[in-house]
Amino acid sequence: MATFNLTINGTSKQVDVDPSTPVLWVLRDHLDLVGTKFGCGIAQCGACTIHLDGNAVRSCQLPVSAAEGASITTIEGLSENGDHPVQKAWMEHDVPQCGYCQAGQIMTAAALLQQNPNPSEEDIENAMNGNICRCGTYLRIKAAVKTAAQNL
Amino acid sequence: MATLDKKLDRRSFLKVSALAGGGMVLSFSWLAGCKPTPEQALEMPKEWFELNSYIKIGENGAVTLFSPNPEFGSNVKTSMPMILADELDVDWKMVMVEQADFWPQRFERQFTGGSQGIRQGWIPLRTAGATARQMLVNAAAQTWKVPASEITSTAGVLEHKASSKKAGYGEMASLAATLEVPEDVTLKEPKDFKIIGTSKKNVDIEKIVSGKPLFSIDHKVEGMKYAAIVHPPAFGMKLKSFDKSSVSGMPGILDVFSINLFKDDYGRNFFDTTTFPEIVAIVGNSTWEVMQAKKNLAVEWENAPESNFEVAGFGGRPNTKMTVPAGLENTNLHKERMAEYIQKSGNVVRRDGDPEGMFKKAAKIIEKTYAAPFLAHNTMEPMNCFADVKGDRAVIYGPTQAPEFIMNTLSSSLGIPKENIQINLSRMGGGFGRRAYSHHLTEAALISQKIQAPVKMVYTREDDMSSGVYRPTYSATYRAALDENNNLLALHVKAGGIPETPLHANRFPAGAIDHYLAESWQIESNITIGAFRAPRSNFIAAAEQSFLDELAEVMGKDPIDFRLELLKRAETNPVGENNDYDAKRYAGVLELVRDKSNWNTPAPEVHRGVSAYFCHNSYVAEVVDTKIVDSKPVVEKVYAAVDCGIVINPDAAINMGEGAIIDGIGNAFFGELTFENGVPSKTNFDKYRMIRQKETPKSIEVHFVDSKEDPTGLGEPFFPPVFAALANSLYKATGKRYYEQPFAPQLEMQNLKM
Ligand code: FES
Ligand code: FES
Repeated sequence: MATFNLTINGTSKQVDVDPSTPVLWVLRDHLDLVGTKFGCGIAQCGACTIHLDGNAVRSCQLPVSAAEGASITTIEGLSENGDHPVQKAWMEHDVPQCGYCQAGQIMTAAALLQQNPNPSEEDIENAMNGNICRCGTYLRIKAAVKTAAQNL
Repeated sequence: MATLDKKLDRRSFLKVSALAGGGMVLSFSWLAGCKPTPEQALEMPKEWFELNSYIKIGENGAVTLFSPNPEFGSNVKTSMPMILADELDVDWKMVMVEQADFWPQRFERQFTGGSQGIRQGWIPLRTAGATARQMLVNAAAQTWKVPASEITSTAGVLEHKASSKKAGYGEMASLAATLEVPEDVTLKEPKDFKIIGTSKKNVDIEKIVSGKPLFSIDHKVEGMKYAAIVHPPAFGMKLKSFDKSSVSGMPGILDVFSINLFKDDYGRNFFDTTTFPEIVAIVGNSTWEVMQAKKNLAVEWENAPESNFEVAGFGGRPNTKMTVPAGLENTNLHKERMAEYIQKSGNVVRRDGDPEGMFKKAAKIIEKTYAAPFLAHNTMEPMNCFADVKGDRAVIYGPTQAPEFIMNTLSSSLGIPKENIQINLSRMGGGFGRRAYSHHLTEAALISQKIQAPVKMVYTREDDMSSGVYRPTYSATYRAALDENNNLLALHVKAGGIPETPLHANRFPAGAIDHYLAESWQIESNITIGAFRAPRSNFIAAAEQSFLDELAEVMGKDPIDFRLELLKRAETNPVGENNDYDAKRYAGVLELVRDKSNWNTPAPEVHRGVSAYFCHNSYVAEVVDTKIVDSKPVVEKVYAAVDCGIVINPDAAINMGEGAIIDGIGNAFFGELTFENGVPSKTNFDKYRMIRQKETPKSIEVHFVDSKEDPTGLGEPFFPPVFAALANSLYKATGKRYYEQPFAPQLEMQNLKM
């Protein structure tokens, strides 16, 4: 066990956990931020996507010891009132079915648009390819990313 | 106006006060942790008045509707309240939706599966809405001293025109709640629907996009412990022993023990499929710690003996005797055994005319065999459950499609009477049939009972993918007898699987061919299976509709015309009895898809295939357009035409169609689970390939037949036809037929990139 100081959604948090604990489980079990989801645990599905210094990363493969000093954003902190352009586009297109993958999809999309505000069709497909949606809402995801890009 | 002969169970109309003593009211505040938005908070009334199980109205006119069925992504949590709201005649903006808990005394059929939620909920929900409306009208009649028949309602406002009296529902709610429940109510004519048939957003959309806790995996209470499970590594194995000391010193580990899911004398219900009835549980302070301990646990397994038990039939069907054989199974051996069964005669399930005679005198016989592997459901949210069992009371919050079934199991396994067990229904991160088999609830409950503390048990993805309840592996052989002019004389299908047959002997093309033979077979296995989106249909449609395509080609006919000819025959002069489809509606979706896709004039370089299927009471025809781009098969576009009667929520219905089509294309290309010595070859998404953004069709068009028929389901019917539509389209693109799923390995052998 060791103490880690983390910056999450703009607030400092202290946790006392094993250094190998992935940020995913620190968020979910220790900080009650459960919007970040567990899907595979091996960086294959994207359900656990967060932003680390603005980049989309898979929090299931990010040990807490590697996250100190960085700025972490989770779905809960993407916007204050759930009105980030990506979230708004997701509502407009009524993207979700079960909804379980969607926080990860939204975090990946938001990071993409942060870095590339005008993505081509191919850019979107490449960026979103790491996020599985078992319900198959991929077409709406793509459409929502396009809408969000227009409304940035 | 239609007057309804009401069959609704009266118990569901009991006032809440009559039941409130049972301790069940607690359940309503279950998810009270979700803070209402400022707008919602403004609308919160000071007092709620219960008009019936589904509806309560506040003094300010706010309406809460309870959505009875578990939500796994098919959007019933929006569409069921839409049905209530329409008959209640309220403004959708005034509606708040709450997920009902499992409460069989108040709600009917809280089961999500078989695409039956809307179909079977249609009349009860409308009746509940209309009854509540009538009670509000009656309250106004009493207050205004005018005849109820002269009072009209519009969007939550009651009016008596002659006396110019008006009142909101909120003003009449307290009186209405005390009135007698009317016996016969009049339901709306479909032309008068205001909410049904209009697109409404998912009622949970804001919570989903902002990461609010909605799933049981997100649930947490003070003092809650975390649990992981360890199950045998192979089908055909069971627990021999484990060494608690191998992990008990690890950080955060509190306890290690084994649990037995069933009491010896328990009679299994239909959904009690459990692969590993005895497992090891590891309890600790956090998910990560129990997952670490899981890797270190010293445990010994041994071969399981053959077991025999009886399982209750579904929906009142007779019990079946199950034999689960001993041994460690292999996919190669499965294939060999299936090849033997294809050669042998099966059980004749239907025979029309003289098929054997026709095959003897045929000028030409076409015979093709189709196959598909086991599939894992791979719901995005792994199996998990929260349970709090103390003394003789249990609270369970977990993802289940079938609470009424698991209630029996829970009661027996815990030794706690049903009335002391509360099952709260969580939103599920996918279901696809998998969560009708809810033994993960029993596991969590037994763990909690042992430690007498609240616990959340979570499967790893590996646990989830390797714990069975799969889509079975199937095979089907189709034979057609043709005369010298290529007229179809007879059709023969022989289909089977491990461990169940996919055959639906009375479905199309039965009824359209004079000489028809259907045989089935099955081979026992210890690999457990369960319902998977359109069970059996999901394979037999692929085989049948691929074969009809090949047959049409040999006969020199357009594949749509050929199907329509057969359907015409089935409509005008059907062969045999018990044909369980409506040939006219079947033909209707083929005609619609032909029209919408401009079937005869495809876009340049596009290769198209068609397929149609009827299952779960709905008809779907699909056209798939593929292109080969840089040696890669690309699905350009899919057109779907569907007849599901009245469409409740069109945009959500389209979403469901898109999802099922994408799911089908993914499974057709990649879906496969194989076994070696009982061990599944894939346990996570690095090996188990799922369809992703890049393989998704570029566009999908969904068209509904304009219909006034009562609605039927949509979760499943879009899925089965897409396999053959894809295969038939790929045939046009590559010149090869695709008989074996998944298609990717064969496409790769043709030097195409997958
Ligand atoms: S849970 Fe991290 S990528 Fe799947
Ligand atoms: S919406 Fe269900 S997994 Fe994406």
